[in-house]
Amino acid sequence: MSNPEDYRREPASAEASAAAVVGEISEHDRQDPTAVQRIQRVLHRYPALGPLVFLVVMLAAFSVMSDRFLQPFNMSLIIQQVTVVGTLAIGQTIIILTAGIDLSVGAITVFVSVIMAKLSADYGVPGIAALLVGFSFGTACGLLNGLLITRLRLPPFIVTLGTLSVFFALNLYVSASTTIRGSDMDPLLTTTAGKQGSILVPIIDTPIPLASLGMIAMYVIMSYILRYTAWGRHIYATGDDPEASRLTGIKIDRVLVSVYAVAGFIYAIGAWFLMGRIGAASPQSGLGYNLDTITAVVIGGTSLFGGRGVVVGTLLGAIIVGMARNGLSLAGFDPLWQDFTIGVLVIVAVTVDQWIRRVSA
Amino acid sequence: MTADMTEAIPTPVLQAVGLSKAYGRVVALDDADLELYPGEVLGVIGDNGAGKSTLIKCFSGAVIPDSGEIRIDGEAVHLRTPSDSMAAGIETVYQTLAVCPALDIGTNLFLGRERRKPGILGSVFRMLDLGGMREAARKEMSDLGLLTIQDMSQAVETLSGGQRQGVAVARAAAFGQRVIIMDEPTAALGVKESGRVLQLIRDVRDRGIPVILISHNMPHVFEVSDRIHIHRLGKRVAVVTPKSHSMSEAVAIMTGAVQSDMTDEEMARPAAQLAA
Repeated sequence: MSNPEDYRREPASAEASAAAVVGEISEHDRQDPTAVQRIQRVLHRYPALGPLVFLVVMLAAFSVMSDRFLQPFNMSLIIQQVTVVGTLAIGQTIIILTAGIDLSVGAITVFVSVIMAKLSADYGVPGIAALLVGFSFGTACGLLNGLLITRLRLPPFIVTLGTLSVFFALNLYVSASTTIRGSDMDPLLTTTAGKQGSILVPIIDTPIPLASLGMIAMYVIMSYILRYTAWGRHIYATGDDPEASRLTGIKIDRVLVSVYAVAGFIYAIGAWFLMGRIGAASPQSGLGYNLDTITAVVIGGTSLFGGRGVVVGTLLGAIIVGMARNGLSLAGFDPLWQDFTIGVLVIVAVTVDQWIRRVSA
Repeated sequence: MTADMTEAIPTPVLQAVGLSKAYGRVVALDDADLELYPGEVLGVIGDNGAGKSTLIKCFSGAVIPDSGEIRIDGEAVHLRTPSDSMAAGIETVYQTLAVCPALDIGTNLFLGRERRKPGILGSVFRMLDLGGMREAARKEMSDLGLLTIQDMSQAVETLSGGQRQGVAVARAAAFGQRVIIMDEPTAALGVKESGRVLQLIRDVRDRGIPVILISHNMPHVFEVSDRIHIHRLGKRVAVVTPKSHSMSEAVAIMTGAVQSDMTDEEMARPAAQLAA
């Protein structure tokens, strides 16, 4: 780091302008960045780059280990397997960007799916109406989380730990712990996947479920919102430094409440996709989604401390998890190594994040 | 105001009348007054805990006084949030800078008042004019002599302390239509960087915007201030000028070693009428 050979007074060197951080005032205090520092800065600037590189390396490794791995059918399978987690993780991402966390994802998702299914199967409500009620209900659940966090000034971890149990218990009560079969519901509620709910994608000549296409569209929309709208910028600002954000005039409570509400809406869409995937509404499914979404967000390079990360990283994170499970299984490893690998990935990802956050002038 | 004063006293741009604020039993402001006149730099000095920061935060909308009145151009106003204050044309450079470290320079400059693209992109798709904001940020930074930072899309945390200060000052200078308040702007800076900030303060004043400078650094205060407001135990005890008082005299008043016998009317006089 302090190699005297790297010491240069001339600011005009290519390295210096590439780093573009050298101020005139303290010019003489500075050195050109080392290769490691340069990597740190690039990762700091492009938080999804790390997961992307890892994904490519993993793709290459698994395609050597198993010739079935790269086939369109298998790729399509991986996409289908990550669709529900990938969708829910969009909501988790915007919450984590505000330096929050949501442990009630799975409970809200299952609860919404049960409500949609019950309205259709037991009360004969038209599919579209059941969907809209479900979307509103998911939004309301998120809104409740947001209001508890901002009004009672409670940590998001505690609030959502509480609502996790509350929503899940209510879900068991409403459903009487009984699974509702897809065949009893309006087809609209279950045709986001399966034969009827898939589209043959021309180039790869493989059917892709509507839910997966919907998930990708949601990633595109959320990327746009986070990057190009004031609300998106305020999400980052609130997570990065709430007091500074408040002093610049951002109404941070309003940002937080809206983020939890929008996340609830996204979970409700995830609930719809979930019913398509399993062809039913099961009140016992889905609690695993809490940790799976957080895993995807963290592996995707978003900082648990808020303010840093991109939503595309979360998609990469979800695919990395899905691909690791699929690839290890195809390569003949015992399933226990899947969990082992993902655990290691989470720790590596957080370590890298801590390192990137220490970037300085 | 007094009978022997022939010159009229101009209307203060910003005025505090009898502000009080208590935190539980701790009295931060006790019937405090302050006048800021057009075209001046008003230094505010006081010992730790004298209530300077609370006074300033009342102006920036970060603290709501328990009683008293704030007037802008003679009109009473209610500044309940930082947005109220900013809408009134008052910009504050906080001691903590209030910049978001992970966000880029352009975003920080426009945080809370982003510009949208014209036409349907802006109105329907709510698209921000990122390029335009970056360009405006570049212009503002170069006006302040800070163009050694070339890339407005780099994160603030990759800047040096002086450059971060520059970002906070540039934001205030860009949006401060009426008053700019700076709380300890040189606290974290080296000699050269401090000199640049002091020059900035003069430049801003010369552009017609009065400045309130809060600082513990007496040489800095005496270098740029037209008047110096001395705060002690929650209220103003004297207003001096660099010509009328030496630094040690000002410090003596500030610490209570010397009692000032100035009347309220005397303290409210603009610089030209303060007895030399």
